[in-house]
Amino acid sequence: MKSLINFVFLCLISMMLACSGGVKKEIPQVDLAKITENQPEIHGTLVEDKDIVINNPLKQDWVSTGKNIYELKCLACHKLSDEKLVGPGWSGVTKKRQPSWILNMITNVDVMLETDEEAQKLLEQCLVRMPNQNISAEESRQILEFMFHNDGQK
Amino acid sequence: MKSIIFKSIFGVGILFMLIATACKPKGMQTAVQGDAAVKAYVPPGQYDEFYNIVSGGFSGQMSVYGIPSGRLFRVIPVFSVDPEKSWGFSEETKPMLNTSHGFVPWDDLHHIALSTTDGIHDGRWAFGNANNTPRIARIDMTTFRTNEILEIPNSGGNHSSPFITENTEYVVAGTRFSIPMDGKVDVPINSYKENFKGTVSFISVDKNNGTMNIAFQILLPGVNFDLARAGKGKSHGWFFFSCYNSEQANTLLEVNASQKDKDFIMAINWKKAEEYVTAGKAVKKTVRYAHNIYDENSHSATSEIKNEVLVLDPKELPGMVYFMPCPKSPHGCDTDPTGEYIVGSGKLAAVIPVFSFTKILAAIDQKNFDSEYDGIPVLKYDAVLHGEVLKPGLGPLHTEFDDNGFAYTSFFVSSEIVKWKISDLTVVDRVPTYYSIGHLCVPGGPTKKPWGKYVIAYNKITKDRYLPTGPELTQSAQLYSIDGDKMKLLLDFPTIGEPHYAEAIPAELIKPKSVKIFKLEENKHPYATLGEKQAKVERKGNDVHVYMSSIRSHFVPDNIEGIKMGDHVYFHVTNLEQDWDVPHGFAVKGANNAELLIMPGETQTLLWEPNRTGVFPMYCTDFCSALHQEMQGYIRVSPASSNVPLTFSTGAKMPQTEQ
Repeated sequence: MKSLINFVFLCLISMMLACSGGVKKEIPQVDLAKITENQPEIHGTLVEDKDIVINNPLKQDWVSTGKNIYELKCLACHKLSDEKLVGPGWSGVTKKRQPSWILNMITNVDVMLETDEEAQKLLEQCLVRMPNQNISAEESRQILEFMFHNDGQK
Repeated sequence: MKSIIFKSIFGVGILFMLIATACKPKGMQTAVQGDAAVKAYVPPGQYDEFYNIVSGGFSGQMSVYGIPSGRLFRVIPVFSVDPEKSWGFSEETKPMLNTSHGFVPWDDLHHIALSTTDGIHDGRWAFGNANNTPRIARIDMTTFRTNEILEIPNSGGNHSSPFITENTEYVVAGTRFSIPMDGKVDVPINSYKENFKGTVSFISVDKNNGTMNIAFQILLPGVNFDLARAGKGKSHGWFFFSCYNSEQANTLLEVNASQKDKDFIMAINWKKAEEYVTAGKAVKKTVRYAHNIYDENSHSATSEIKNEVLVLDPKELPGMVYFMPCPKSPHGCDTDPTGEYIVGSGKLAAVIPVFSFTKILAAIDQKNFDSEYDGIPVLKYDAVLHGEVLKPGLGPLHTEFDDNGFAYTSFFVSSEIVKWKISDLTVVDRVPTYYSIGHLCVPGGPTKKPWGKYVIAYNKITKDRYLPTGPELTQSAQLYSIDGDKMKLLLDFPTIGEPHYAEAIPAELIKPKSVKIFKLEENKHPYATLGEKQAKVERKGNDVHVYMSSIRSHFVPDNIEGIKMGDHVYFHVTNLEQDWDVPHGFAVKGANNAELLIMPGETQTLLWEPNRTGVFPMYCTDFCSALHQEMQGYIRVSPASSNVPLTFSTGAKMPQTEQ
């Protein structure tokens, strides 16, 4: 009797196999490199200190353009004092950080958060990713000029 | 006894094995063959090959799917309000749904036309028609948003629309319902034959910005205009419309509009019509229709009521309109990629007639007329016919084309797609659909350059295709590959609303142009808050304007006092983010309309009219950061007579009073 039940069972199995009629369960190999090709994380080339010209005295038109950009795109999270709002206050930032670090945080924030320890520490403190505010390289340099001005440079 | 049990069990076993090997090839599960899963599979993180722009039917919207995966990416609000996206609820979008009948919150979107240049998809705009309150919408394919809606006057229902000419010179609108027009409108319904008229409208599309304008209308006998296609290539300059109810019935059309063996395909020489307009032969008619435009810089719509349209009368202007007899109650009217062949699909016909453009021109030239219908020449059927596809199936509806000389026709009654060869009219393949297919779509199928590869069936009946969800079911679409000799079923996917027509376009024609953010520098909204310094609250009588900004993760202001009963509070919220995919939402307790969903760099306005005193929370509805749950605030509403001053602040250190 047991063999009979086995027989019926086998028949059922064979029916199921036959009914899945030739559907190959092949799932294509997932190529991670190819997938991430469509999802660029880098929004510009990283800036190095040697690329940056420091102005002495400061360019006043850059300071004022930088201030306008600050009020439109940065002020919501960064105060000009040393008080933290969403992100850290800007007072003293040009003394604490390299100019290239500042510019990269503005224009290449995804790379910085991935590779830079200081940037990662800030994310742990603030818990909000520094956003990409769609700021060009030229505009970021003007913001830096405004930061120098905010730190008392002439 | 034991042997009987043994035999019967053995018998059942054999039966199972027989069933197993038979396995019904055309059963409800169907034989999905070999590599079907692989062909429709798009691995995580990878992109689909085509965008599928699908009409939402009675949802009034347009949906966007990926092909071959069948994944739903977006529902674009078009003719129906959408509280999720605040479409028709925000102050900026309300004018988009304005009509000569006032604000109309719903419609029935049947057909899609994707813009073309030289008859080939250019990926600029998608057009959709409103079947109920006649309108055409234009969707910008860089933002996937409705940028323009134009109402069609002298129309009782806009079905044969929004089909386009080769270079998107015109998008057309033909009346499904003929109606009395031109002043004499309060007439008995059964005076249809004397008083009811149809029109087709040619709406010009600005080459640079897409703006639509009604160039002219053609006044036509009162019948039902159903579907349409422009000529292309050699037939560029012509437009073809299917018509039914040539019986001119006004009741029980099911019977009364199915009396004649043949209705018509109407051929319009629109270049000739243009000549008549230029020569001043069109008559100005006083009408009333709304023209609504959304501006992506001011993030606001305007609605203008227009009062004039130019009408051409083919009874007095010969050489512009011809009828061709077509069996029987034709629905689809499709031109092949060469522009030589026009395929009419009589819903009730046993054949598919294929007309030849060369023969049409010859018949016109030789005045090879059969008769006149209401003053318009009717060409001889045999003189214009390329041939008939014999016994193709039951209930032919629509035809799409590939680039190898094959046509694919949907059959509603026999529930199948039939592939046939245009040159010799022979049927070469057929596949069942589940169930009762309406429209179908081959990528690029209506253009001069079909992209081919797939055909998608949009079915009218779903029944048992998915897990049941009570009486109301999702609609069912099916994807088939057509790159081999045999069509092969690859995938079922559910759709929103009731899809009618759809088009598919290679992703590469749209994806690189997709807008990610609206630039704050280009925001020209009159109530924009460009930086938190500009945030403020202003009172103008009973209107209170809140200039509010949002950024991860706070509003400025987030505490407002001094609102009084009877106030109309306008929250103008600007999203200061400039990063892709960081929208902020805005909702306030008791709002009688909807939320706002504000894209990066955009300003949107919600009107709030509190009906009681108290303190009302407001918050961000779109999860934006780890501190999203902190993105909230309060609004205090006091009695109308109170002296609470108007104040606003964010953070205890910056309370400010209205200057």
